Amino acid sequence: MFELLNISPQALFGQLLIGLINGSFYALLSLGLAVIFGMLNIINFSHGAQYMMGAFAAFLLLELTGLNYWAALIIAPIIVGATGVIIERLFLQWLYKLDHLYGLLLTFGLALIIEGLFRNYFGSAGLPYRVPDELTGGHNLGFMFLPNYRAWVIVASLTVCFATWFVIERTRLGAYLRAATENPTLVRAFGINVPRMITLTYGFGVALAAFAGVMAAPIYNVSPQMGSELIIVVFAVVVIGGMGSIMGAIVTGFGLGIVEGLTKYFFPEASNTVIFVIMALVLLVRPAGLFGRAR
Amino acid sequence: MKRRMKHLLGYAAIAALAACGTAQAQTTVKIGVLSDMSSLYSDIGGPGSVAAAKLAIADFTVQNKDIKVELISADHQNKADVGSSVANQWYDVDKVDMIIDTPNSGVALAVSQIAATKNKIFIVSGAAASDLTGPKCNANTIHWTYDTWMLANGTGSALVKTGGDSWFFLTSDYAFGHALERDTMAAVEKAGGKVLGKVRHPINSNDFSSFLLQAQASKAKVIGLANAGGDTINSIKQGAEFGIVKGGQKFAGLLVFASDVNALGLATAQGLTLTETWYWDANDANRAFTKRWQVERPGKFPTMVQAGVYSGVLHYLKAVAELKSGADGKAVVAKMKATPTDDPLFGKGEIRADGRKIHDAYLFEVKAPSESKYPGDFYKLRATIPAAEAFRPLKEGGCPLVSG
Repeated sequence: MFELLNISPQALFGQLLIGLINGSFYALLSLGLAVIFGMLNIINFSHGAQYMMGAFAAFLLLELTGLNYWAALIIAPIIVGATGVIIERLFLQWLYKLDHLYGLLLTFGLALIIEGLFRNYFGSAGLPYRVPDELTGGHNLGFMFLPNYRAWVIVASLTVCFATWFVIERTRLGAYLRAATENPTLVRAFGINVPRMITLTYGFGVALAAFAGVMAAPIYNVSPQMGSELIIVVFAVVVIGGMGSIMGAIVTGFGLGIVEGLTKYFFPEASNTVIFVIMALVLLVRPAGLFGRAR
Repeated sequence: MKRRMKHLLGYAAIAALAACGTAQAQTTVKIGVLSDMSSLYSDIGGPGSVAAAKLAIADFTVQNKDIKVELISADHQNKADVGSSVANQWYDVDKVDMIIDTPNSGVALAVSQIAATKNKIFIVSGAAASDLTGPKCNANTIHWTYDTWMLANGTGSALVKTGGDSWFFLTSDYAFGHALERDTMAAVEKAGGKVLGKVRHPINSNDFSSFLLQAQASKAKVIGLANAGGDTINSIKQGAEFGIVKGGQKFAGLLVFASDVNALGLATAQGLTLTETWYWDANDANRAFTKRWQVERPGKFPTMVQAGVYSGVLHYLKAVAELKSGADGKAVVAKMKATPTDDPLFGKGEIRADGRKIHDAYLFEVKAPSESKYPGDFYKLRATIPAAEAFRPLKEGGCPLVSG
């Protein structure tokens, strides 16, 4: 804590950049959650487990088939998204008309089962996964050393987040989706296959989680607990941003990553509680979240 | 009718006497393995500790039929309150006589106090804080496998002697991290090094980039990782990303287990210097134990914590067999301290008055991928630290049980 006395702007910018990078993971994950909650009204507690499955899928693709990171970025989300589709068809479709709590309980139970199975099979210490060769190394920016992989993380998640927001808010498909959330019966009357859209939307949200998992595999320990550590924070992010608001999830994800990064610099011991403190304050002032609409 | 009753009573009395006779010949004890079964330390202790305990019980009862041992286990989830309530429940309701393992110093310190209050026994194999045999020592607790002082003086002094004379600490913000940081700071300064700074992170953190940046900025020659399990793995993995080692700084893995090296992969972990008290591949006896242990835990390798559980259970059962009762915690611990230890895994050693078990420590270096010839071939031996030097001198601990 010697730095507290002489705060150097250079170190600060370094921490802000790190915060932005962490924020991109939060943004990707909370985007998936927001899409699922906004469109399906399901609080998807198994999001962390699906993020973990994405990382493990990347590891297994490398181990068993030799497919590298770039292939895994596309294939792993598809595989995990497919399991999401199965879960939706088997379990979730019965819960849409019920209280939110049932969806939360079901997905929470699924998360525990998935995590337990993976831990039983793979152990908890974790598995090695290396940064792809094209992205190793980094650049000295003067105020910090920025690994190339982390720069890629920011770029990739900004692209995916923006693309998702664009599809949902600005395209016809997105318009159907939003309409189906508000009044599914009317939309079905127009001949649009609403159940299929909902299933694919859940699969897409899960695929987003798996995509974040593949991106995390080279830098975070690929272990069965990796999702449960992150999911609580991501939920806080979504609540602050406003459940169901796509733009809110993205902006809040990046913003809170920066806040957490600053806390790690000034008061590291509090770094894993500061987001919850903010959540408590936001809920006091704006119960629907910063960008949310009261439902 | 009366005669029949008399006969029946007679038979009943004889039967009761016979039953009493066999009950007196058998001593029953119950052992509880309290460990992290599901989180970041579960490969270090966890189900592997239960497997080791089972092996120890099997090995002992094969030759000592007059002792009956029950084994149960539970998950403390790295929470002191959960660990405490399990310990209370076990000691009070479930008639457990001895609790063993408990990685996570916060939990271990709590359970140690409970064992003392209830006059039961607590053998710590998994936790590290040297306070367990220091200011917080008691007559019911034995600290078995390793502790922060041993790690600090093993790895810390070795690194300072080879040129790492400026340090920056990355510390896990709870009892274990604080103890390890304190002991290593003392060892570094004693060996002539300087401590340039430290930063404390919450346990079970995902991302260390922010802390590593601060470590890089300090320009210390050595970054001391006063954390364990998943935290250490993430620190080293992300350190490689940020070019810490390429930039000329070294990582000191103050507490690294074979399971961590497995998770990192030799390519990332190579060159790491660490201190342990047991390695599965060190000799034939260890390898034989590993083979038996792997029947229950295929694909994994036992850590020193799990070997410590085997060794601790064996010595405990020896003491109970001699006393013919496991009921009085203080008496059994006194017996364990009075008897020199000898088992296939740790060889000959002893338990001191402060509850500290003494045995040799080893300085290892992680092999490069090209040097590793088979799965599990992780370490090369750099030095052996004899038992008398490896652990904190008896008088320096501040333990109230030590006179003078």
